[in-house]
Amino acid sequence: MTPTLQLFLVFSSALFSIGLLAALSRRHAIFILIGIEMMLAAANLNFVAFWRFAPGPHEPTGVMVAIFSIAIAAAEAGVGLALVIAVYRHIRTTNVDQLDQLKG
Amino acid sequence: MNSVAFIAIAVVTLGAALAAALLRKLIHAALVLAVAFIGLAAFYFLLGAEFVGLVQIFVYVGAVAILIVFTILLTRREGETIRGPNWSGVIIATAVFSGLAWAVYKTPSLAAVAPTFEALTVKRIGETLMTDYIWPLLCIGLLLTAALVGALVLVMEGKRE
Repeated sequence: MTPTLQLFLVFSSALFSIGLLAALSRRHAIFILIGIEMMLAAANLNFVAFWRFAPGPHEPTGVMVAIFSIAIAAAEAGVGLALVIAVYRHIRTTNVDQLDQLKG
Repeated sequence: MNSVAFIAIAVVTLGAALAAALLRKLIHAALVLAVAFIGLAAFYFLLGAEFVGLVQIFVYVGAVAILIVFTILLTRREGETIRGPNWSGVIIATAVFSGLAWAVYKTPSLAAVAPTFEALTVKRIGETLMTDYIWPLLCIGLLLTAALVGALVLVMEGKRE
């Protein structure tokens, strides 16, 4: 038996949920970024899986979307980590619970 | 595609991702995250998208994971207060997963088997990228430049005054 599209989708749902868990339950800003990266990568896998299982002649649309999405993820990681470093310089912490200056 | 490879890669990737989400030490989590990304790249190879798999390894393992490690080194501070698992996060993540899995299994059209197809060559990808996708490609170039400049501005030492 070969893996069906359902198995790939369930796998990427599991990866997405693990990323969500990391983003929701950790207090460290870098852990939150790791969770977001994981969610993005899981969504990427869906594009490639749908492209592979599509009937008919193959336009490489899913692959293209995946490549562009990886590029955007790289830009997002760069800016996000730069933000973490900037926040650390100002407040000397990376714990998001202590970033409560806007609290009234 | 065979199911043994699928199960092996899925177990390794999910285990690594779970470890990255739950490990106490930040640097261990970053290294395990690289393993999870390599597992995802193996999935791309399994699906016949070799180019995406290579890009995944280059960008995620080569750049993003190393960037995370560098950020950890630059912001090293004995930080995270030890506390028990955050149960609301666990509950929300489990609920999201069961919702998604239920929806996937209830959709009968997703039970398809992969059709045979000719391999997608890098030449074909390059031609498509340069003809149909030329505007997205230019926008991505602009976006990456802006992100590079923005990241530099954010972390630059303030000596303007």
